[in-house]
Amino acid sequence: MNSEQPEEPGRPTPEARGTPVGRRVLLGTIGLGALGVVTAPTLQRAMEGFLGAAAGKDPTGLTGLLPNGGGFRYYSVASSVPHRNATNYRLTVDGLVDRPKTYTLDDLRAMPQTRLVKDVQCVTGWRVPGTPFEGVRLSRLLDAAGVRSTAGAVRFTCFDGTYTESLTLDQARRSDILVALRMQDKNIGHDHGGPVRLYVAPMYFYKSAKWLSGITVTEDVRPGYWEDRGYDVDAWVGHSNGRDDEPTS
Amino acid sequence: MSLRAEAHTPPATEVRRFGLVQKWVHRTTAALMGVCVVTAAFLYIPQFAELVGRRELVVRVHECAGLALPVPVLVGLVSRRFRADLGHLNRFGPHDRVWLRGALVRDKRRSARPAAKFNAGQKIYAAWIAGATWVMLGTGLIMWFTHLTPLMWRTSATFVHDWLALTIGIVLAGHIGMAIGDPEARSGLRTGKVSREWAEREHPLWRP
Repeated sequence: MNSEQPEEPGRPTPEARGTPVGRRVLLGTIGLGALGVVTAPTLQRAMEGFLGAAAGKDPTGLTGLLPNGGGFRYYSVASSVPHRNATNYRLTVDGLVDRPKTYTLDDLRAMPQTRLVKDVQCVTGWRVPGTPFEGVRLSRLLDAAGVRSTAGAVRFTCFDGTYTESLTLDQARRSDILVALRMQDKNIGHDHGGPVRLYVAPMYFYKSAKWLSGITVTEDVRPGYWEDRGYDVDAWVGHSNGRDDEPTS
Repeated sequence: MSLRAEAHTPPATEVRRFGLVQKWVHRTTAALMGVCVVTAAFLYIPQFAELVGRRELVVRVHECAGLALPVPVLVGLVSRRFRADLGHLNRFGPHDRVWLRGALVRDKRRSARPAAKFNAGQKIYAAWIAGATWVMLGTGLIMWFTHLTPLMWRTSATFVHDWLALTIGIVLAGHIGMAIGDPEARSGLRTGKVSREWAEREHPLWRP
């Protein structure tokens, strides 16, 4: 084929009538992308299995950066989040209650702790298997405050100043909903929403508000931050947001 | 442009490689792609996400840059010379196969790397990144307008978007790395002109 190269200048370029390989590569890439979307559920399961196993043995943590590489992703909707610790953290419980109360971190630590080990499922697709959370049952805090009969919902506010969440009172009284102090058997660090975050085991993880600072008992459910932006208020894993993930709790 | 006429013109030291349209299409596409990559890093890599926060704003910038990404090329299509360059990128001749084989076996001899205006590697890169851009745009739109498609599609689209983003990042790094390694190719895109010596060495079959 080399012999076909024109040696003198001025000869028409050989590609003037070449094969349109470029177009084929372009269309092929688009086709592969479409195929990827169609086969994604299968591919994703396989990839999660493989990467989940690999992440456990990966000291560099690089697998955590791969898509669905196992592990949590950091989402914050605020521009910056103040740090709180045992000296300046406060959790207030107020609203339609008989005994409003403010808890320090030590107060919460002194209460009976519940430990749950379940999968965490994000609405964007990632899932972290068998993650331990530990803390005070939300129902215990509500009972301590004395919820009034007119109440129907609970609203959560966060010290990032932006994020809000809510649950119906019935949901909030479930035994698998915690005001969590520990995650993965460590005190919850700032990036994971520490020192205290909400943990709503049966729902998509956006319900588990980070940097929890306020629990207000209200009459009706007020949609939270993401729910104002199109997410379901009743965010049961597998039965909401159009997804069919395996339930987590 | 007859053989004879060319032979009688004194050899110019510089030859024209790109016109204004090609230069600006490349610049604006590169800038938009840069915005997409940087905002993607802010959204995706935990350390950067922690640094920046403001998820909604970053998402909005990412979406707008992504939507605008194909626009420079589409606008460029009004130029006949730009369309001619796309034709060069599209059409593969026998010499391109030689070039690809040379690249595969890492044969760096000039005779193993025959190329016209664009070498086979540049052609494949151009076609692939164009196709990948449309896939990213399509999957991105599915993720953006969640009510257009069943939500199950969003997960699938996210999956493709994530992995293709990673691939594009790697390929883009290669593209930029090769540009860094060839200052004259870069100045060709900056000034539109390259030296005849470079053109004959790197693109021996190109007849500017």
